Amino acid sequence: MESIGGFEIWLIFFTRFIPVWICLAIFYFCLFYWRKKLGLMGRLCDSPIGLIGLFIVLFWIFGAILADWVAIFDAYEQSGMYRRKPPGTINEKVGLPYIFGTDTLGRDLFSRMIYGSQIVLLIAPAATIVAYVVGISLGLPAGYIGGRYDTVLSFLANLVLAFPVILLFYLLVAPGVRETILPNIMAGIFFIFPIIFALMVIYSSFSERQNVLILSTFFILVIGAWLYSGLVFNADPLGIVAIDPNELNIFAAVVFTTSPGVFRIVRGLTMDIKTRDYVAAAVTRGEGPFFVMIWEILPNARGPLIVDSCLRIGYVTILLGTLGFFGLGMEPESPDWGSMINQTRSYIRLVPTIVLPATLALASFVLGLNLLADGLREQSLKD
Amino acid sequence: MLFFIIKRLFVILLTLLCLSFIVFSLVTIEPNLKKLALNQANMRMEEEAVQSWLEKNGYKRPLLVQYSEWLGNAVTGDFGYSTHFKKPVNDVVWPKLWHTGILMFWVLLITIPISLVIGVISGMREGSKTDRSLSVFSIVTTSVPQYVSGILLTIILSSWLGLVKGVAKAGNITLENFTLPVLTIVLYDIGYIARMTRASMVEVMGTLYIRTARLKGMPFISVVLKHALRNALIAPFTVIMLQFPWLLTGVVIVEKLFNYKGFGFLLVSAADQNDIDVTLACGVVAVVLVLTTQLISDIGYAFLNPRIRFSS
Repeated sequence: MESIGGFEIWLIFFTRFIPVWICLAIFYFCLFYWRKKLGLMGRLCDSPIGLIGLFIVLFWIFGAILADWVAIFDAYEQSGMYRRKPPGTINEKVGLPYIFGTDTLGRDLFSRMIYGSQIVLLIAPAATIVAYVVGISLGLPAGYIGGRYDTVLSFLANLVLAFPVILLFYLLVAPGVRETILPNIMAGIFFIFPIIFALMVIYSSFSERQNVLILSTFFILVIGAWLYSGLVFNADPLGIVAIDPNELNIFAAVVFTTSPGVFRIVRGLTMDIKTRDYVAAAVTRGEGPFFVMIWEILPNARGPLIVDSCLRIGYVTILLGTLGFFGLGMEPESPDWGSMINQTRSYIRLVPTIVLPATLALASFVLGLNLLADGLREQSLKD
Repeated sequence: MLFFIIKRLFVILLTLLCLSFIVFSLVTIEPNLKKLALNQANMRMEEEAVQSWLEKNGYKRPLLVQYSEWLGNAVTGDFGYSTHFKKPVNDVVWPKLWHTGILMFWVLLITIPISLVIGVISGMREGSKTDRSLSVFSIVTTSVPQYVSGILLTIILSSWLGLVKGVAKAGNITLENFTLPVLTIVLYDIGYIARMTRASMVEVMGTLYIRTARLKGMPFISVVLKHALRNALIAPFTVIMLQFPWLLTGVVIVEKLFNYKGFGFLLVSAADQNDIDVTLACGVVAVVLVLTTQLISDIGYAFLNPRIRFSS
């Protein structure tokens, strides 16, 4: 069987990524050109570690967006002749190389890694964002108002945080659970928060202007109801928004385990910031509690929250990988990195390189996020 | 202080009740019970037979009644019967917990000194070259989850160098057996504790009393050892204790990865095999461990930090 050497493998690797390199070059050029105007993002240019982290993260983001140009084979296409081949083996039928080898069903590991990034880079940030919205909508009032409301919510948050994550996943992301309505209930609870948050923003900004308030509330409710019906009940009247029951289950479980942590951070920051003078000034001015929370406290908490969100996306990526590693949630064919690790890890005695694409992809993406967070933290502490 | 501990104990009991109820209700959802019935009695049962089996075994009663029955037994130390091992749960869980305890012991024995040293060295001169390289090292290790580092270490140490085996047998405490699982957990945890220690060290090094000690001409090294270290190590103590849920997750992954038949392996396989009583017992044991460490961390924090001890 024909194969190519190590140098050619990396040459093909770099040429396949040419669209990604071009995007990265454009992005970095823009970043350096407008660095003065970009605030925190622009100041990142002074931190080599942050720039390296940003580079890795963007590499995967562009790779996921341009996956169809980068990948060589289809992610699901099997070929019985080329099973567990080492890197560099050439598929003689089509004349294309398996640059990272193939898995046990003869699927190209390189292409699966690239298509897998689409799944990971969609679910991890989306789940983090929803967890953030949940954490912010509950944590801001908990920190600002305090009292019994805070006691109850903090107790609930600690309840979830005392759970070993893995046990929770085994209980929540099981085939049995998917037959019940539990995932839908959980998703139903979590997806209501973006709507509540949007209403809070609208109410706090337009509380003086009645007609704008009514109009925008109406719009948010309509759009919210549309997305909600599609995401939670899988019954979008227009048929555009849909989510697989598997993915909904994973999504709900990940949000459930992540949001208490966000809640605690937001609550702590709020309790700290509410003692500042500008908050007292806003209260004296006669602003309502919603205005103070959303327009005074939240913007001033953004520094630590941005840093934390980077770390948290990385952590959620690890969680998704854990789910895949235990074979929970995702369909068994899925090319996401955790499932790939699970599918290939039994063959490392035969072909040690077989697990490398998925493991290194996952580790590098999380590393990129952590480095980026470190750079951002360093820069945001400077002022 | 006593009042504080009693209050904490009350919250912990309440948490334990809530969590065990959640676990109970999630383990005994309808589809799981049906599968259990099919496994236990007869694979080819009709729907009616399944229902009558459930009725006979008391799974049709209201959830709260079932839960209080289980709770009553659990309080007296009877955790039920394992449907997979055909043994009482107590005979299954405790030996496995012991195996995991040994693993954890070695992990903590290696992690704590190394990570504290790394954290203190990088935190005592913030921004120096040593600090930067150690920080990057800790970031790298925390970025690589156990299921990745475990596999990579297996390839390097077992497949290429042939030093150790790729699996670890429970109860066999040898270097060859323990290197891979211990190293995998240690690598992931070192980074996190080291970063926390560093942050705490940096904070202490910026305080006025350290400046005073330096200005009166004390050598740098004795300032660090005599003045800074005591205050700087309070926060890492809490962090190490609060790390416990993560440590437990790591142990489950590593035990699964290396086929180490300990507590984590039991938890995962019990959940897979629908072994209701074992899953419940494992869940409760795990939650009790986490809550106990939280309590120790709270009390220890107050004990180590006189400012908190005397103000309350």
